[in-house]
Amino acid sequence: MSNTPTLQKTIMTDSTRLKPLTTNAGTASEPSETAIAANHINIFYGAFKAIADVSMAVEARKITAIIGPSGCGKSTMLRAFNRMNDFVPTARVEGEILLHGQNLYAPGVDPVEVRRRVGMVFQKPNPFPKSIYDNIAWAARLNGYRGDMDKLVEESLRAAALWDEVKDKLKQSGLSLSGGQQQRLCIARTIAIRPEIILMDEPCSALDPIATIKIEELMQELKQRYTIIIVTHNMQQAARVSDRTAMMMLTEDGKRSGTLIEFDDTNVIFTRPKDKRTEDYVSGRFG
Amino acid sequence: MANADRIAGSDVFRPNLTGRHATGRFWQTAFLGATTVGILGLILLMLNIVNNAFGLVAYADGEDYLKYSPIPVEQLATSDLVVLLTNELSTGAINKLNAEQPLDTRSRSDLLALVFERILDREVVASSTLAEAVFNRQAFEADALAKNPDARFVFKSWVTTDFLTVPMSSQALFAGVRTAILGSLMLIGLTIAIALPIGTGAAIYLQEYADKSLINRIIETNIYNLAGVPSIVYGMLGLAVFVRVLEPLTSGAMFGATDTNGRTILSAALTMALLVLPVIIVNAQEALKAVPDSLRQAAYGVGATRWQTIWHHVLPQAIPGVLTGSILAVSRAIGETAPLIVIGASTFITADPSGPFSGFTALPIQIYNWTVQPQAEFRNLAGAAILVLLVLLLTLNASAIILRNRLSARRAN
Ligand SMILES: Nc1ncnc2c1ncn2[C@@H]1O[C@H](COP(=O)(O)OP(=O)(O)O)[C@@H](O)[C@H]1O
Ligand SMILES: [Mg+2]
Repeated sequence: MSNTPTLQKTIMTDSTRLKPLTTNAGTASEPSETAIAANHINIFYGAFKAIADVSMAVEARKITAIIGPSGCGKSTMLRAFNRMNDFVPTARVEGEILLHGQNLYAPGVDPVEVRRRVGMVFQKPNPFPKSIYDNIAWAARLNGYRGDMDKLVEESLRAAALWDEVKDKLKQSGLSLSGGQQQRLCIARTIAIRPEIILMDEPCSALDPIATIKIEELMQELKQRYTIIIVTHNMQQAARVSDRTAMMMLTEDGKRSGTLIEFDDTNVIFTRPKDKRTEDYVSGRFG
Repeated sequence: MANADRIAGSDVFRPNLTGRHATGRFWQTAFLGATTVGILGLILLMLNIVNNAFGLVAYADGEDYLKYSPIPVEQLATSDLVVLLTNELSTGAINKLNAEQPLDTRSRSDLLALVFERILDREVVASSTLAEAVFNRQAFEADALAKNPDARFVFKSWVTTDFLTVPMSSQALFAGVRTAILGSLMLIGLTIAIALPIGTGAAIYLQEYADKSLINRIIETNIYNLAGVPSIVYGMLGLAVFVRVLEPLTSGAMFGATDTNGRTILSAALTMALLVLPVIIVNAQEALKAVPDSLRQAAYGVGATRWQTIWHHVLPQAIPGVLTGSILAVSRAIGETAPLIVIGASTFITADPSGPFSGFTALPIQIYNWTVQPQAEFRNLAGAAILVLLVLLLTLNASAIILRNRLSARRAN
């Protein structure tokens, strides 16, 4: 019985949980706390091996960037962290993803619960075609939130640096916002359900530079409380926002699988990488 | 140098703009021609229907009104008409009429029609199309007078309020389509009630749940092919299964109905539902496919289950398309005649359908029945009934469009 891998239930009744930054701050100084870890992950699309043997430990309350050339499997790897690959009928994942030591791919783990604990922000902003308020309220209610909804909506929007811009038009459709605001609404919606990890797949690639900077600033705020993994094709962005950088690349054995070639502190990756391919890539000499 | 190269390079292009534009104009004209042919076809169709639905009628009374009334019956008071009917008709006939609607509460035109039909034996001597009435009036009148020197002429629109509100009659002048309209409406309602949930459900399963396994692909292809099966085949299936095998259910015997057989509205609706189901499924699947995947991912991404995603996001987004597709599919079915003939809709029935277990007739059956009669006046009736059917179809299609616009407008804000 004891080794049945059930995820601990987080009961979302206390909306004040967002507030105490200090509770987290106390433990944040611990440098090597691992929030989520990939352990010998292989991912297949049918017979095609898209990811070959990736292991990486993602540190809590840090921003980890995944960079690499297009098609090397960054998105595929990211989706492994919250089991979004389950929706691709041909996809198959081997290996373990450990969230606080629990394997998300163990039999009996409910992927719906996984996705609540590991939230996701997508490349194209995709608010629900509902009001701004309901975008957040729906996500929370769905997960059984019983607290004060108005308060949760306000807190989430404040945390996503959107409150001042939308507080007078909460009943308006989320789709009426600008692209950058929509993306922040998606972030607000994600943090409203109190995930432990936030995955972001090129969250700024559809946005203009100013909206991009706003999201980047927001990420710095969010990392006080959340562990963030961001996929980006923009190396300046990786260098600007992330603490750790994972460099992915296709294997050179002709199978064109993506693999992790280097994973280190961001300033190491960008100034003195150990791998020649990383150096070529981050210096723009790739290709 | 570079400049010289570019100019030299222009020698290898032969733009031939005149030729290219000419080809373009040729095709544009060809497409305009195709559109014109289509529109001409539609105009011809409408002209033909209108030509039948209006025209000159020669009629004569079998009995002289002077036998019953000193003045023409049209000038009699309403109460006198009631008296006249009560005196002249058999008690049985009066009782039957009173059961439908008491005589003294009936409208004047209704009573007059009864007097003409039952007492004066008013009959059509000859009936013309609109074209005849306009271009060949003398010849028509001469012909009619030759048949019956007492004939009187009137220009008649065969579509009247009476036509809509009175039941079937073997006398063309007094026949109406109320029974058929009611039958058609009940048939549509029941067909939608059966086919919409089943069709949408199947589409949701195929589109949102089923994987792309071989079995599922075979099922899907077969459903698409069913959409092309001739409607008469569905009629034969309906006759074998719903009318015969399931008779206890479709006749209502299971629910205590007596004195009925399986040729009921329910049987017809089940048959029609089968007929439209493939089209509804295909349409609904298309509507579901059109819902962007990013919306599903957004829902899954915040921890929604598959069902919550479908119910809260996919379906609301798809419902305008699903409804429009279904209504269009059903409106196609309203005009279907073959399956109804096969399963045995009544061609002559004067009693309104009372529910799913009653016998019935429908507009296309009525039209078919009138077109095969030899007398010209029944073709006029058919033309009028076709107009009614077309209006019904247009109403349904328009409501589909309005519904879609309403729903998408509501979703947009
Ligand atoms: N749904 C899918 N089905 C099949 N192959 C896929 C699918 N998604 C991605 N791939 C393949 O997996 C590889 C990695 O894709 P992806 O993870 O999207 O790369 P990246 O995000 O780094 O650009 C590519 O070769 C891509 O073609
Ligand atoms: Mg990608």
